[in-house]
Amino acid sequence: MKRQKEPLFQMSRREELPFARAVLIRAVAIVLSLLVCALVIFLLTGLDPVEVYATMIDGAVGTARRSWILIRDAMVLLCVSLALAPAFRMRFWNIGAEGQILVGGVATAACMILLGDVLPAPALMLVIIVTSVLAGAVWGLIPALFKARWNTNETLFTLMLNYVAIQIVSYCVVFWENPAGSNSVGVINPSTNAGWLPSLFGAQYGWNVVIVLVLTAVMYLYMSHSKQGYEIAVVGESENTARYAGISVSRVIIRTMAISGGIAGLAGFILVSGSGHTISTTIADGRGYTAIVVAWLARFNPVYMILISFFLTFMDRGAIQIATAYNLSEYASDMITGIILFFILGSEFFINYQLRLRKKEAE
Amino acid sequence: MKKLLAILLALAMMLALAACGGGDSADAGDTGDAGTSDAGDTGDAGDAGEAEDGAAATAMDPSEIQIGVIYIGDEQEAYTANHYNGLKAACEALGIDPETQVTNRWTVPESEAAADALYELADAGCDIIFATSFGHESYVLQVAAEYPDIQFFHATGYQASGSGLSNVHNYFADIYQARFLGGVAAGMKMQEMIDAGTITEDQAKVGYVGAYPFAEVLSGYTAFYLGVRSVCPSAVMQVSYVNSWSDAALESEAAQQMIADGCVIISQHSDTTGPATVCQTAQESGNEVYFVGYNIDMTAVAPDACLTSAKINWNVPMQHAIESVLNGTEAAVDASYGLEESAVEITPLNTAIIAEGTQEAVDADMAAIIDGSLKVFDTSTFTVGGETITSTVDIDGYNGNEYIVDGAFAESTLASAPAFAFIIDGVTAPQS
Repeated sequence: MKRQKEPLFQMSRREELPFARAVLIRAVAIVLSLLVCALVIFLLTGLDPVEVYATMIDGAVGTARRSWILIRDAMVLLCVSLALAPAFRMRFWNIGAEGQILVGGVATAACMILLGDVLPAPALMLVIIVTSVLAGAVWGLIPALFKARWNTNETLFTLMLNYVAIQIVSYCVVFWENPAGSNSVGVINPSTNAGWLPSLFGAQYGWNVVIVLVLTAVMYLYMSHSKQGYEIAVVGESENTARYAGISVSRVIIRTMAISGGIAGLAGFILVSGSGHTISTTIADGRGYTAIVVAWLARFNPVYMILISFFLTFMDRGAIQIATAYNLSEYASDMITGIILFFILGSEFFINYQLRLRKKEAE
Repeated sequence: MKKLLAILLALAMMLALAACGGGDSADAGDTGDAGTSDAGDTGDAGDAGEAEDGAAATAMDPSEIQIGVIYIGDEQEAYTANHYNGLKAACEALGIDPETQVTNRWTVPESEAAADALYELADAGCDIIFATSFGHESYVLQVAAEYPDIQFFHATGYQASGSGLSNVHNYFADIYQARFLGGVAAGMKMQEMIDAGTITEDQAKVGYVGAYPFAEVLSGYTAFYLGVRSVCPSAVMQVSYVNSWSDAALESEAAQQMIADGCVIISQHSDTTGPATVCQTAQESGNEVYFVGYNIDMTAVAPDACLTSAKINWNVPMQHAIESVLNGTEAAVDASYGLEESAVEITPLNTAIIAEGTQEAVDADMAAIIDGSLKVFDTSTFTVGGETITSTVDIDGYNGNEYIVDGAFAESTLASAPAFAFIIDGVTAPQS
């Protein structure tokens, strides 16, 4: 009799794992990734891995200034993740956060440049925030309207809008560049600091933290404890169910993407007004994509997003320090971050699926 | 339970970070202390130096200086590689160990990350900090204002003199002089092609790949073109901007386009070897196109096309900068050195392909530039819109400054950054 060959592994979906077990798997993944990194570091550079890790920690939180840079970058990443969470929860693949950040940033820069000398500081700040959120919201609304009306593919649409946003920024940079032709805007309002997010209790990035943490709390409540948040979840699970339950799917899509884009626009505001004080096509710096990882790993839970944003930023800052301290190219640090991310994402597989080895052949 | 734990974890993390942040003011104090004690050390070192050699009173011993640098790219990219090699040469000349006394920060973008990196270097106790890219300048000014005891040197910038900060300096090199010589080598080749009947006088067309349409690039290509025309009077030039400093694909595409348009000489003001490779490929397929490189000797990439390359020797301005800190003397706010100081050069001519007599012509012009008898931007050699430039006072962008001195545009004299921003007749370039 011909026997069906059984594969070596069988993969099956797991039931929900107990929380402690899932945490354990993730911890094991992180430990393993650190071991592999240590091996790679040692084999490639001959450096002592323990020392390298110490340098990494030193680079991320070694001084007050480094800690603040860590906080600043983590807050922006968290803000973008908060923007993406509702869209992805709704199974609307918004990979256009990069562009939504850029239009928010360019709106901020425009207000700082054009209205910097015109409006008093509080009014200017209000105008800047509203404009940047609106700009981001519009950038989120465009693909949403097309999706709701003509069922266009939002993945391609949002992605391509990123390039449109980059072109808009390039165009504006040509207007504002100083000196002409140099393609560099430089720091905006360096002497008056008009439109710069002020410091709070002596902390330069104090407002960045307050804004993003308040937003985190609001989004947590919105996503898990509001009717609209529930509608998002239902649409994400099944559009047909949502329709059957009397939810207007297109309305939910449009509303959610306006929120998503608006928050990403706010992240652009924080980047321009709250830290860089300039505008260029690179201010988003891939955060729109990294934030997708954050949102997914956190299962769209804003509280976990805080942790993951900090972790990824921590790795990033630490990696830069390694590159400087040992005079390595930054690609070396990218490799380390890559290995660790690979293991973390891989651990999600083992949390969701179980592998069963082929049983010994029974006679 | 699950949520509670998560919130607790998050809170713990926030508190830990807040604790770090809380140390801000205390730390700033520390930095200040470090600064003062450093100054004390410096004084001691000076004394020790005096006691030892008795002659030269150095404010700081070369073995004690700490140098920080931020680069726009890494060693894979020609501009940064050239700058880094210059720094290493300067260190060697001064007896500074580049391994332990120099902190390099690679691939620092022109954003707040530049300020982060500069603050890091300042906090780490650097005595002198270099920033190498044009767009770093705003952040240099920002950080320098907070660290008056550290000397900041920014390459290619223009804001030091107007900044009101005595510890910020701009440096550059008179690269237009080397470009002119590169142009002479290219023009000799072009004239040889005309004389041999390979091309007609009307086909003497130069293509130039430029990064951005501003003075630094305009000054460079004009000098190159004037060099070409000084030996090949019928030459015209076409300029194409790629709007990037370092994008091999775009630069190659621009070079290809210009070769297709009939250009027989290609040169560039951008940071990759893309255009060189394109010219080499054209040569290999039987299309006679020659090339003049930039930043590094590009002959290795294009052995059959590259006549020579214009190059800045950054070690010259950087060594002057470091010396000023070592000696405790005031460094120039704006410094630009040229052929005379070997701060710029053209790399050895590619003897396999250059026209006969090129070496002699280049040597003669080089000597003439150094002794002042040849001025690259001699206003009698070019016109703008059919007219000779006689004054820059009333021209937009020069803020009332007069750059025309003794019948020539006195490039890089009022500021180290290039200022020549005319599109002269014979050059076809998109308006900026």
